[in-house]
Amino acid sequence: MSASNEQPAKKGRRKFELDPALAAYKGVWVFIEHERGQVHSVSWELLGEGRKLADKLGVELAGVVMGAPGPEARRFCEEAYQYGADLCYLVEDPVLANYRNEPYTKGLTDLVNKFQPEILLLGATTLGRDLAGSVATTLKTGLTADCTELAIDPENRSLAATRPTFGGSLLCTIVTLNYRPQMATVRPRVMAMPERDGGRSGRIVEAALGMIETDIITKVLEYIPDNLSDKPQLPFADIIVAGGRGMKNPDNFALLWDLAKVLGAEVGATRPVVQAGWVEAERQVGQSGKTVRPKLYIAAGISGAIQHRVGMEGSDVIIAINNDPNAPIFDFATYGIVGNAMTILPALTEAFRQHVATARKAG
Amino acid sequence: MHIVVCIKQVPDSAQIRVHPVTNTIMRQGVPAIVNPYDLYSLEEALRLKDRFGGRVTVLCMGPPMAEAALRKCLAYGADEAVLVTDRAFAGSDTLATSYALASAIRQIQKDMAVDLVFAGKQTIDGDTAQVGPGIAKRLDMGLLTYVSKIETLDLQAREITVHRRAEGGVQVLKTKTPCLITMLEGVNEMRFATMPNMFRAARYPLKLLDKDAAGIEDVAKIGLKGSPTIVSKVFAPQPKAKRADMIETESGEPRDIAITLLTKLFTQHPKLEKEIDKQAA
Repeated sequence: MSASNEQPAKKGRRKFELDPALAAYKGVWVFIEHERGQVHSVSWELLGEGRKLADKLGVELAGVVMGAPGPEARRFCEEAYQYGADLCYLVEDPVLANYRNEPYTKGLTDLVNKFQPEILLLGATTLGRDLAGSVATTLKTGLTADCTELAIDPENRSLAATRPTFGGSLLCTIVTLNYRPQMATVRPRVMAMPERDGGRSGRIVEAALGMIETDIITKVLEYIPDNLSDKPQLPFADIIVAGGRGMKNPDNFALLWDLAKVLGAEVGATRPVVQAGWVEAERQVGQSGKTVRPKLYIAAGISGAIQHRVGMEGSDVIIAINNDPNAPIFDFATYGIVGNAMTILPALTEAFRQHVATARKAG
Repeated sequence: MHIVVCIKQVPDSAQIRVHPVTNTIMRQGVPAIVNPYDLYSLEEALRLKDRFGGRVTVLCMGPPMAEAALRKCLAYGADEAVLVTDRAFAGSDTLATSYALASAIRQIQKDMAVDLVFAGKQTIDGDTAQVGPGIAKRLDMGLLTYVSKIETLDLQAREITVHRRAEGGVQVLKTKTPCLITMLEGVNEMRFATMPNMFRAARYPLKLLDKDAAGIEDVAKIGLKGSPTIVSKVFAPQPKAKRADMIETESGEPRDIAITLLTKLFTQHPKLEKEIDKQAA
């Protein structure tokens, strides 16, 4: 949606009769994204969320698996059941071996037209965003990007998708009333990973793509995998020590690294810190950076503006250190310390170091 | 060669403030800028023009004040600028916007065939990343999103090869032109505006397209009417029911604070204690 649209609609518009043809659309779908033989964790996170939506609606939850023929795609279906899907729509074709916009758009669009889901969720990844925009335009339906919360409006069974707006200063809830399916994307790590239930199973509904290689204009010449070892992996870190502008200068950031080293943690930062060049962009946590859900998040000199908050509020435990007792971060942190981060951090590092040393001796 | 670059004028989000009492956006005094992501696409288009010659047209949909954003692009070196502006477009979401822009590109094409269309990978105000793919679909063009590098462009053979950022790697893709490209951020640096271009930008007679001139055939497809998504609520984030447990000690010494915190943390979250011991080991 564009910014110009971000005005609340008149209240009266919310009560409405769904077009009977659209009322036939039933079920919640999650697009199962995979690359190099592995499903992206965002797909499982979405199945967890989709399960809740489907239960609320009293409908089935389906995974959509597209890929080259072979055991791999079927294995993904099995995994999808274990994460909550009741069934999987499976489109197998050699032209789906690598992601390309044209065949995936056609495959997903055809599936939607044939089986008519009411909700279609995709990960807000480079692949998911590329595909979602094309599919929504082809289907002429609404698409809400980067949602942080999905709910069902009890009044009219429609999907209420909440997302940050105006650069993250506010949240807005968006509905797609007289169009189906209702489409939304969610960024990785925004939703919690569901428990895997190895006992669950489901059924496969197969569909043909109806496209051959010569129909497809875009060719994949090569795939160059990233060298992951030299890049910080914040989204999956268990402990993160992060700093904001309150750290005053890049030298003080060394205090965060010291603490991170003791904890075996990753170092994160806010957008102003990254823009100032104190740390690399991969370490940015927040709306325009990474979304993280560590078990422990230590925020030093971070005020807790919503842009940062949306990227880290899923953390299990948040410890906030800030010299401003009115900093918004204390509204949602688990523990708060009002004080100078430059003196508190070394004390914390020392306390953790001693604790770990004692534990090691005892263990 | 003719390249159309789609841009948007956006409020500088770094300077947006929310009214503390009414929770409404305070728009006054917030400077409007060219969406920063669009500039990577504009610069890439200008580089192609440097190599192959031809014309770069910047295209924007927005209120009359968006003219300033287009003039900025002209100062950077764009040749032509088209502003699609009409009250009928107000309230357009991404689906309606891609319809309007695709329609405008068809009009621009009548003047000179278009080889490439560029758009920003997303905007900083809407952040949807949907308009680019939408335009490509409506014009039945190939789509290359998150491009980090244009490897080759063969205008005779109408072929382009690019590096595209994918999850976990880079795809090298080859497709036919015309196609639509969105550039990844940080892959180039916008050039400085030159004096002659700045003078030209100031004097340039902007091409204004209202809905008819933009070739809009169906007014039900633009504006609020043409937008499937409806904003039902705008609100400030709720504070958590429980405020942070504030760690205070009598002495106020950092060491005492740290020990008090750790004691509380490990008593209330014993799993975390194990986790930390494991990580540190």
